[in-house]
Amino acid sequence: MRRLAREFTKGIIERNPVFALLLGLCPVLAVTTSLDNALGMGLSSTFVLVCANVLVSIIRGAVPRKVRIPCFIVVIASFVTLVELFLQAFSPDLFDSLGIFVPLIVVNCVILGRVEAFGSRNPVHLAFFDGLGMGIGFTLSLALIGFVREVAGAGSVWGYSLIEGYEPALILALPPGAFLTIGLLLGLFRLRGRKTRGRAL
Amino acid sequence: MIGELAIIFIGAVLVNNFVLTRFLGLCPYIGVSRDLKAAAGMGLAVIFVMTIASAVTWMIYYYLLLPGPANLWAGLLGRGGDLTFLRTLSFILVIAALVQLVEMALLKTSPALYRALGIYLPLITTNCAILGVAFLNIDYFFGSAGALEGSFTKSLVHGFSAGIGFTLALILMSAIRERLETADIPEAFRGAPIAFLTAALLSMAFLGFTGLI
Repeated sequence: MRRLAREFTKGIIERNPVFALLLGLCPVLAVTTSLDNALGMGLSSTFVLVCANVLVSIIRGAVPRKVRIPCFIVVIASFVTLVELFLQAFSPDLFDSLGIFVPLIVVNCVILGRVEAFGSRNPVHLAFFDGLGMGIGFTLSLALIGFVREVAGAGSVWGYSLIEGYEPALILALPPGAFLTIGLLLGLFRLRGRKTRGRAL
Repeated sequence: MIGELAIIFIGAVLVNNFVLTRFLGLCPYIGVSRDLKAAAGMGLAVIFVMTIASAVTWMIYYYLLLPGPANLWAGLLGRGGDLTFLRTLSFILVIAALVQLVEMALLKTSPALYRALGIYLPLITTNCAILGVAFLNIDYFFGSAGALEGSFTKSLVHGFSAGIGFTLALILMSAIRERLETADIPEAFRGAPIAFLTAALLSMAFLGFTGLI
C-alpha cells in the first residue's frame, strides 16, 4: 500500500516530468497559450500514459528485449490514435487548437520513458499508479504554465476576463512568452528547492 | 513553382522556424546545444533524416493510406481503401525503421560521415520535429480531394528547409551558450533556465520575420 502511494506521488512534485526531469517539452510550450488547451493536452497525454503503461506491463513477459522499443511504440501509437479519433468526434474545437500536437503525443518522451523504465519492469497495479502520478504531474505543470500565460497574455482565465481594462502583455501569448514563462518558473522552483532543502538542485 | 518553393523555404527556415516558433524538437535543442561541434553534427543528421522522411511518408500516405486511384490496395480492401486513421502508427514506425536503415547504410558507405553523425541518429527517432514535418506536409500539401499539384516536390523542400531551420536555431543557440558558460549567472538559473530565457530572446528576434512572406 505504501509502495502504491509512493509510486503515485513521486511524479507529481519530486520527479515532476516537466520541471524536474525536463521531458516532453514540445507540447508543454506549444499548447499552453490558454488553460483549457493545456488541460486538454495534459489529460490526453495522461490517458495514453496510463493505458500504455498498464498494457506494456501486462505483455512484458511476452515481448523479446531486442524488439521492445518498436513494440512499445506500437502500443503508444494505438492509444494515441484512439485519443485522436475521440477528440475529433467529441471535441473538434480542442482538436483544432491542439493541431499536430495530438498525433505528436506518440513521441512524447515522458510516455516512452515511463513505459520503458517502469511499465516494462513492474506489475500492473504499480504501473497504473506510476502512469497516473506522472500524468497528473505533467497535467499540473501544463496547467500552471497555461494559467500564467493566459492571465498575463490575455487577462483572462478559462476564457473569462479577469480585470476590466487590463492591457494584456501580448508577448506571453506569442512563442517567446512560452520560453520566458518556463525559464522563469524553472529558475524560481530551483531557487525555492535550494532554500528549503539547503542544496542546489 | 520555383517561387512557391522559395516561399516554402523561407517560411520553414525563418518565419515559422521549427524550434523557435513551432516548438518542435525542443529536447535535442536544449540537450545538444552545449557545444558548437555537437550542434553542427546533430543539425546535419536532422536535415538528412528529415528530407528522406518527408519523401518516404509522402509515398506511404499517397500510395497506401489515402483512398483514390493511386491507392495500391484499394481493390483489396473495398470502400475505396481509406486507411488515413493509421497515419500516426505507420509514420512513427516508418521513421524508426528509416533511422535504423540510414544508420546501417552510412556505416557501410561512408564511415567518415557515420563517425560525424552516428551518435545522433538514434536520438532522432524520438525527435518530434521529424514526425512533425511529416504531419505538416500532409496538412499543407494534401487537400480534401487528395494530393495537391506538385505536393511531392513541395514536401521534399519543406522537409529540407525545416531541417535547415532547426540547424540554424541550434547553431545560434550553441554559440550563445558557449559564451554563457563563463558568464556570471545566478546559481538557480544556471543550465536549463537560462537556456530557455536565451531561447525566448532568440524567438523574439525570429518574430521579426513575421510578414516576410
